[in-house]
Amino acid sequence: MSQALDEIKIGGLGASRKRVEDNRFIRGKGNYTDDITLPGMLHMEILRSPLAHARIKSIDASRAWEIPGVRLVLTGEMMATRNLAWMPTLSYDTQAVLATDKVRFQGQEVACVIADDPYIAKDACEAIDVDYEPLPVIVNPVQALADGAPVIRDDKENQAGNVIYDWEVGDAAGTEAAFAQADVISKLQLHYPRSHPSPIECCGSIADFNRATSKLTVYMTTQAPHIIRAAVALVAELPEHMIRIISPDIGGGFGNKVPVYPGYVCSILASILLERPVKWIEDKSGNLISTHFARDVYLDGEMALRRDGKILAVRMHTDADHGAFFSDAQPSKFKIGLLHSAFAAYDIPVAHLTARGTYSNKAPGGVAYRCSFRVTEAMFFQERMMQAAADDLGMDQAAFRRMNFVRDEDFPHRTPFGFLTDSGQYAKCLDVGLKAVGYEGFRKQQEEARAKGRLLGLGISTMTEPLGAGNSREYDILGIKMFDSAELKVHMTGKAIVRTGARGQGQGHETTWAQIVSHELGIPAEDIVVEEGDTDTAPFGMGTYASRSTPVAGAAVSMVSRKIRAKARRLAAHLLEVSEEDIEWELGRFYVRSAPDRGVTIQECAMAAYSNMPDGMEPGLENTAYYDPPNLTWPFAVYIVTVEVDPETGVWDVLNTVAVDDCGIRINPMIVEGQIMGGLAEAYAMANMQFITFDADGNCIGSNYMDYMLPTAWETPGFELHSEVVTPCPHHPIGAKGIGECATVGGPAAFVNAVMDALSGTGVRNIDMPLLPDRVWEAITKCRDVSGAPPVRTDD
Amino acid sequence: MTVVYEDHGDEATSDIPVRRIKFTINGQKMIAEVEPRLLLAHLIRRGLGLTGTHMGCDTTNCGACTVLVDGRPVKSCTMLAVQVDGREVGTVEGLATASELHPLQEGFKEEHGLQCGFCTPGMMMAAKALLDENPEPSEEDVRWALSGNLCRCTGYQNIVKSVLWAADKLRAVPARGDDPPEPPAHSPARGDTPAARPASPTNTGQEG
Amino acid sequence: MYPSRFRYEAPHSLDEAISLLRDGGDYAKVLAGGQSLVPLMKLRFASPELIVDINNVPGLDYHRADPDGTLHVGALCRHADMERSALLKTAQPTMAAAAPLIADPIVRSRGTLVGSLCHADPQGDWASVVLALGGSVVAQGPGGRRTIPLADFVLGPFESVLEPDEIAVEAVIPAPKGVRSGGYLKLERRVGDFATVGVAVALEISGETVSRAGIALTGVGGSTIAATAATDALTGKPLSAETIEQAAGLAADAARPRTDHRGSAEYKRHMVSTFVRRILSRPAETAERAA
Repeated sequence: MSQALDEIKIGGLGASRKRVEDNRFIRGKGNYTDDITLPGMLHMEILRSPLAHARIKSIDASRAWEIPGVRLVLTGEMMATRNLAWMPTLSYDTQAVLATDKVRFQGQEVACVIADDPYIAKDACEAIDVDYEPLPVIVNPVQALADGAPVIRDDKENQAGNVIYDWEVGDAAGTEAAFAQADVISKLQLHYPRSHPSPIECCGSIADFNRATSKLTVYMTTQAPHIIRAAVALVAELPEHMIRIISPDIGGGFGNKVPVYPGYVCSILASILLERPVKWIEDKSGNLISTHFARDVYLDGEMALRRDGKILAVRMHTDADHGAFFSDAQPSKFKIGLLHSAFAAYDIPVAHLTARGTYSNKAPGGVAYRCSFRVTEAMFFQERMMQAAADDLGMDQAAFRRMNFVRDEDFPHRTPFGFLTDSGQYAKCLDVGLKAVGYEGFRKQQEEARAKGRLLGLGISTMTEPLGAGNSREYDILGIKMFDSAELKVHMTGKAIVRTGARGQGQGHETTWAQIVSHELGIPAEDIVVEEGDTDTAPFGMGTYASRSTPVAGAAVSMVSRKIRAKARRLAAHLLEVSEEDIEWELGRFYVRSAPDRGVTIQECAMAAYSNMPDGMEPGLENTAYYDPPNLTWPFAVYIVTVEVDPETGVWDVLNTVAVDDCGIRINPMIVEGQIMGGLAEAYAMANMQFITFDADGNCIGSNYMDYMLPTAWETPGFELHSEVVTPCPHHPIGAKGIGECATVGGPAAFVNAVMDALSGTGVRNIDMPLLPDRVWEAITKCRDVSGAPPVRTDD
Repeated sequence: MTVVYEDHGDEATSDIPVRRIKFTINGQKMIAEVEPRLLLAHLIRRGLGLTGTHMGCDTTNCGACTVLVDGRPVKSCTMLAVQVDGREVGTVEGLATASELHPLQEGFKEEHGLQCGFCTPGMMMAAKALLDENPEPSEEDVRWALSGNLCRCTGYQNIVKSVLWAADKLRAVPARGDDPPEPPAHSPARGDTPAARPASPTNTGQEG
Repeated sequence: MYPSRFRYEAPHSLDEAISLLRDGGDYAKVLAGGQSLVPLMKLRFASPELIVDINNVPGLDYHRADPDGTLHVGALCRHADMERSALLKTAQPTMAAAAPLIADPIVRSRGTLVGSLCHADPQGDWASVVLALGGSVVAQGPGGRRTIPLADFVLGPFESVLEPDEIAVEAVIPAPKGVRSGGYLKLERRVGDFATVGVAVALEISGETVSRAGIALTGVGGSTIAATAATDALTGKPLSAETIEQAAGLAADAARPRTDHRGSAEYKRHMVSTFVRRILSRPAETAERAA
């Protein structure tokens, strides 16, 4: 009779285990960067540029130095003498740490003050006089590419204009030929506006250089501590083994906490110069105006269609506005991230994408905010084009998508841009979603309402995501391959500690990694502690972003657990005095195949590893695994939203939001649902109210929470989640695919498509996000598209 | 108590006005000497070392810093420390008793009402103010009461469930542990009717 | 996020507060709720030299009606108190409609109506409400008290007529002659946002006719706008679809909105007329005979 443990009871896969992290957070005992105090710690504040583009004529910090309590004032000039005024970025560009010649975006770091107290540091910042000479401003790619446009990056040799890259993928000639055969060509131009991840906790660091030991320790809000260690070694020219990056609890990341920011560099230099810990915690305005934003990509898309609805080809051109520096963290081979994953779920024979990136007088970034390396853009463009194409064909939105899906039996499938998808049940997900939302009934209701002048709408969006970057053949950041790791140590009493190269910021790794170990080894999850974030103790990894942790670090956890289990099997054979071939495993226990009652628990094997090893075996039960994923995983989702639009005000309310997510095996269903709901809220936010824009002078609108609109619990709709469809990943050790960003990737188009559906009949093809009431009203009343691209329209 | 600070010369130090205040924090009486410009949130975090109250913005929007002052919810970033002279301050660290978590804390864990945890203390304090005033809130009541607190991780749905879980538990178990129930020393808000809400989420007067 | 230095006093009487202001120097500010002043100080848009905190002055946290229906709102009456007030719900529909829309629930537990009027933010909601109701501010100084109609109270953005040594102690809403009705509608992107457009409508109906009307607009000009032409079109006649439409159009004409990231001037004018029409077209469900 089986003596296998109950996997759910011990907290293995599929258990909605309550979170370990919660124990400290609900008590207010989290350990975020700003919670940490070190003896002798000083405080740093940054002075930022009020202008978007200006030459710096002079900086006079003499009054600042006079203020009691001020220890150090750093300017670009001082940084330059140490070769630190500029630093390399993760995209092979350079970025100013503190401005020297010019400021290139409003909010750019110009100087910083280190003082006994942040209040004093702020007083001193106010006492620094900077003389600026304004220069013409660029806030969008059209301006950047215009003849005679000012060159923003005149600091770079060989930079003639404002173009960063021109990139393409796909088959230009084949696409052209397909378009020539088309019955219908559907076109769409739109702007995915600049947004900002804006976790509630801002960025910050405490740099602590110890002169006695020559070791630099930096506590930092970072999603990728090992990348930071390498970057600091490079930039500060300190030996890598003498740098320790500790990422404590992080109050939300969403990609905002991956890059290296000037504040970190300044705090490190200040600590080295002053030989005291230096804390820099930015304020929300600093975070919004200067740290990595998201999106800001323009689409010019075309779809070649056969009359019956079959998509023959897709052609896309994108213009990405990267801001003043190209500093994205993304796989180096792909200039526009994984935007070419667009249309991966649809069976399209041929496609062509051209992508251009330009500089502008705005903060640097682009790849952030649960984007999975621009898959948010890919899927938003895709589903907006699908919507327009179905309209152009006069076809039902659901039927159009369904007929073009890759079919279940056609995997593995090579997408027109070269990705290989391996699994999915797309049509089934759509069926579940349509049933849940009551599709047929809604269409009837919609018609009846329209007769009475009420505008109801339904929007569908699908997405599949290349998660788990990525295989070493194709994926690297600055040449460093994107594997990840897990180290597992099983102690003699059968308790364990697992450390990985990931770094969660709320995803629940402390809870879920233990569940994977529990699944593989039968050790109860509560007997396993998880640690991440300290580069001195964690095995090397590339951090947590782009939903890569479950696919890569999670896989590593599984693999290292299997290595441990393999050794435990040998120990079991030794304890049971049989050969290894006679040993079987069930959850928590090895037993003799011919005499199943004779067995040993995993805990007994652990003790044996320290006290009763067979001859020739190394003692101990500890190991490490580094996982180079064979492919990306491909979760799939269908999101369906219904809305009612008030034609008189342009205000729209969400009636229903249905999400059908197939992310393969769910380690912890409760946590998976939490990720989906968080993503849907962000999707709603972007569709409804949230964006950053600029006026013609480059003033950033959306640089504080009075202007950058995050929805509250009052506006945010409720969500109906479905988990019926489970297609395990064929290559992932536990069949999981990852989920963190799916709803942010697929969600926005569902909301937008719903509003556009409510407006069908007005001839309006596109309203740029966010679909603010004034834009919707303008579209309805004037029967025209509404763009939201900067500069914002003003009266002046 | 010992205070040590650098001597920058007589001129500088005479400039800085410092005020002595007496207040209660989570039931404990304290004295502090603070500059008037010190924000209450900084007194709590740095002066008292109670770092559970977080700072998330600089424009009084996010609510991560929400505490209770005389039982009423306040964004501690928008109150001066000197203003709590003679008052009672309650923070997240005061929610649990020596032996038990507060039902709100339990509810947030049970219903997965937190992910990164940064907004959570503020949410719980705002929720406590709600439940002190209205022990049987509807989902809408909860969403309305928390509309001054921002979260980026959860999408709010589980936060609402967490608060409703706590409300259920508080109604079922009125006395917690050994402490007899006491009416709050100061009523959460003065008024004879429940807090009003607009009729619809977007309040534009649209007739349904 | 760190205010610059200032001196601070917390008097226990109005007289003490007034003396402190009188002796206090060039730039002193009264602190009540602090939900407008402290944020400005944190951004260093305001750097007063002296803060006079009146939160310890007793007897200011009231709101009450005289027998004739005159409403008095004390300087320390919080938005949250207004939000929960049975008195407002039965007798002051415009105020009751606006109270829950001020900022967010946490800010409402500290902020005050009187403080909001003194702050004179062109995007302040209470100013429109009090203006539409024909209300006044009662100020107290070394020379005694004076009552200033709100229409005369605001000089410009963030500037009131209060003398440096005067404190606003009360807002007064005059007694109604007829049955009150009205409302406040606010277009905001989310809770806590400033109004893109806000409209306060306050009517009094005596018999069949509108005996008094007030319409004031938030967020569509450099200051709160009293739409007097619109109210003229309503007063002295029965309320009808025609007069409502006239008033809606005239109120839109009175607006002076700017085109910006919150919308075009045209849209904002349209929202003014839409809000006026919606408020006026509602059945008067909460109004009761006040006199």
